[in-house]
Order: sequence, then C-alpha cells, then structure tokens
Amino acid sequence: MVVSRTNIICVGCPKGCRIKIEDEDGKIKNISGYGCDKGKEYAREEYKNPTRILPTTVIVENGELPLVSVKTEKPIPKKYLLPAMKEISRARIEAPVKIGDIIIKNVKNTGINVIATNNIETE
Amino acid sequence: MEEVKQYNLVVIGGGPAGMAAALAAKKDGVEDILILERDKYIGGILPQCIHNGFGLEYFGEELTGPEYAYKFIERLQDSNIKVKKGTMVVNITKNKKITALNSEDGLLQIKADAIILAMGCRERTRENIKIPGDRPAGIFSAGTAQRYTNIEGYMPGKEVIILGSGDIGLIMARRMKLEGANVKAVLEIMPYSSGLVRNKVQCLDDFDIPLKLKHTITDINGKERVKEVTVAKVDEKMNVIPDTEEVITCDTILLSVGLIPENELSKSMGFSLHPVTGGPIVNEARETEIEGVFACGNVLHVHDLVDWVTKESELAGKSVAKYLTGKRSYRENPIKLEPGKNVSYIVPYKIDFIDFERKRIKLFLRADKPLENVDINIIHDNKILLKYKKDIVTPGEMITVNLPEALIKNKMKKIKISINKREEGDGSVQN
Repeated sequence: MVVSRTNIICVGCPKGCRIKIEDEDGKIKNISGYGCDKGKEYAREEYKNPTRILPTTVIVENGELPLVSVKTEKPIPKKYLLPAMKEISRARIEAPVKIGDIIIKNVKNTGINVIATNNIETE
Repeated sequence: MEEVKQYNLVVIGGGPAGMAAALAAKKDGVEDILILERDKYIGGILPQCIHNGFGLEYFGEELTGPEYAYKFIERLQDSNIKVKKGTMVVNITKNKKITALNSEDGLLQIKADAIILAMGCRERTRENIKIPGDRPAGIFSAGTAQRYTNIEGYMPGKEVIILGSGDIGLIMARRMKLEGANVKAVLEIMPYSSGLVRNKVQCLDDFDIPLKLKHTITDINGKERVKEVTVAKVDEKMNVIPDTEEVITCDTILLSVGLIPENELSKSMGFSLHPVTGGPIVNEARETEIEGVFACGNVLHVHDLVDWVTKESELAGKSVAKYLTGKRSYRENPIKLEPGKNVSYIVPYKIDFIDFERKRIKLFLRADKPLENVDINIIHDNKILLKYKKDIVTPGEMITVNLPEALIKNKMKKIKISINKREEGDGSVQN
C-alpha cells in the first residue's frame, strides 16, 4: 500500500485554506482542512488534474504592433505550461489578427487551441 | 483666437473607467460626448494585462484584459461618442475649460458642461520608496516591464528580482518565467502578500518561485547594468534587522510597490486630495468639490478589480446625465461617511442627494489590516443600522457593502462604518 499526503492551498477566496489530501494507492482516502464545499471540490480537481489557462503573446508580422496577446481556449494541464510556451514562441502570424482567431491548433496535442485575445491591424 | 469647441461631456482618459462612464452617460441621454486619450489606443492598461481573471463580477465570464477592453471598445465604435487618441490634456480650469494637445489639431480649447476625470493611476517608483545604491539600467516598475513584454516585444532581462508581492508583481513573476527568465525571488516587506491567493499559487508556487516575506532591498549594485542586490529581513516596524543581509546576483529588478491616483490635472483645478486614497473627495454621485466635475476609477481610489471600476464609472456616467438635466435634489445636510475601527477609507465620502429612485448606495471600503470573522457595522449615533458578516477581510481586497436608501433618514449627519472582530461582543459598538 502506497500512502501519500499532499497539501493544496485553496484559491477560492482570501482565506487560502491549506487543504490536506491523503492518497492510498492512487485513490483519495481523505480530504481535510477545507473551509467550504467549493474548496473541497477545488482540492479534489487540483489534486487529480491541475489545469491552467495559459495567456501569452505571439509575434505578428506586418502588424501595427509587434505582438498579439493569446490564450489557450480552455485550461491545459499544468505540466504542459512550459512545453506549450516553447511551441507558441515559434509561431508567427500575419496581420490583421482578430479576437478569437485560432493561432495554433491543438497545442502540445492537448486538443486545445491557442486563440488571439486582441485585434491587430496591418501596419 | 483659436476656435473653442463645446461638448456636453468631456471624459479625460479612455481606459476602463472613461469608456464605461462615457457609455453610461450616453445611454442615459447625454449627447455630444468626447473622450480624450493620451495613448495611441484606448483601453488604458487593459491591453497589456494579457492574463485571465477579468470580468467575473461584471460579465460573469473570465476574460483577459484585452478581451475585457474590447467589449467596451466595440460599444464605443457603435456609438457616436467621439474619441481623440494621442491627445494630451495639459490644463483644466474650474470653469470646465480644457486645454489639450495633439499632432493633428495642435492646440485644442474645449468647453464642457460636465467633465469626468478618469485618468487612472500610475506606479510608485524607486524614488517614492527611496532604495539606496547605484543607479544602473535594469530597474523597472512592474507595469513598464509588462508593457515592454506584452505590447512592445522587448524582454526586460534574464535574472529577475521582484520587489512587492501585489498582484502586478506576482503576475509579472509568472510572465518573466514563462518567457524564459530566471525569477530568483519575490520580496515583500509586509508579513503577508497583498496579492490574491490565486495569484500567489498560480504565479509563484506553480513555478517554484520563492516569496520572501518581511524582506526588502537595502542596496543595488551595478555600473552599466544591475549586477546584484542586497536584501535583508525587516522587523515588525519595518526596520532592517542587522546581519540578515544577503547578496543576490541579478540583472533586473521589477518594482511592484503600489499605485497612486494620477491627479496632476485635478490639482490644477484646485481641489484637495484625500490623504489616504490620493484621490479627489466625492459624493455618492462621484461628483467632486466642483459642481459638474466627476471622478471615477483608479483616479479616485485604486481598485483591485476592473469590474468595480466599470460599475463605479457607470454610476459617474449616470450622475452626469442627472446633473445635466437638473434632475436632482440636495439633502438639507450632507451625510458624512466616516471610517471607524479597522477601516482605512470609504468611497464615497458623503451623501449629498435625496434620491428615492435608488434602492441602495454601494459603498467601497478597505480594511487597514487582515482580520478574520468580522462584522462590518454601519453605525449611526452609536446604533448599528446594519451588519454584514465576513469570514475574512484584507487590505488588498476591496469590500463592497450596500447602504439601503430606506435606512437613510432626514436628520442624519454622519454614518460611521467599523470592522469589528466578532468575538468582541455582538451587542456593543466599538468604533
């Protein structure tokens, strides 16, 4: 039997409850230290599959500004944040760019697209 | 003599406050509105805040800064509100005469029936907090570094130390890390981070960036470029503790050490600024000491959420419509809103009008220290009119409470708001 304990800080409110998760053979045995049900649910998700939206920028060619801000359309697994940045940093997009345009399809094979979050006109 | 243009409403600043105020005034029937914006684009600081977390309160969905701004830019484009970009206002008189400059019109003279001040805020600098040491390149305010990184496409540096753990400092720690920098530490002089817990977890913990509480910079070393900083621990009184100094090599220092409302123009109009907020004194209509001149957003008091800026600015816009149509009646005595125990400030500062249409007045306030299990007591004449229970308050998170119109009585002259620990006894008033 493999037992592990993980601490998770809840991000739901300024309290920042320190939630403890006890795991036995890959199954959550106990969650403690949460201040509300939302916090318990957050801790469960954050333990099983922590995900984040990745906001960054992509280089624009022939645009009025050199960059366009972008984000992953949905949260991606936390462990893909830095690898996804590598892929995004290689991308180039020709102006004009419109909010919502898909800049990169299926980033890091997550099934999630990177989309523009601003409009950039041509130079 | 140059031509003087006349507008019903001139809004100074095209950021989130200016945009929302102009649109709300328009919606309530104000014609001939002009927004003056000094930057090349409108949206204020939002286009460089490329991270998500905006809009949950106002739109009920999570947006990035540029997306939040675009919702208002789009509405402006569909309206007949005039926007002059690249235009710098240099003077405003008490009689609402505005002098502005741009490269197209040259010198502009504008007369307004009403003015909304929405100039936002600016960052405190190294000079404001007096960090000793050399003066090499590589020291930036966090917001300037954010603009370089996210708009202009320059990377401020490779080895980064951040002073200040407010939200901008935390967000920039992650941003620098994502772009390949080594963020060595975030220093915070207080015993707690003033940023949101969420930002602490997702910007620092996610990337193993250390947060050093009760630490500050005592020296900067470098000739051309920053070479190293000396950091030290501070005691409860924020005095440096001897022999705790530690030297960290780095080429870049980002300062996230607070924001100040940008009120140079307001000062030229002659009204006083509040010692705590640094903004003009306003009534519940967000009208300043000069009739017909309103202020909203970060020029009034620094907000932590843009959503509240939008709501406050819509109120200012609506107030302009009421002012211009003469649809308002003054109270016999204004009611002063006074900060009581554990409250650092309340906006608005007073209630000037009788208005039976409104059901409540929204009050913005801040706690002066973090406290758990508190009652926010609205007090008149040592009696609690209304009580809001809160699990936690911190100086970093603005508190909003509603004062129902039904509780406001004719003879009232002062209402006090206190934050009291619940253990302090429920019945008694401590202020």
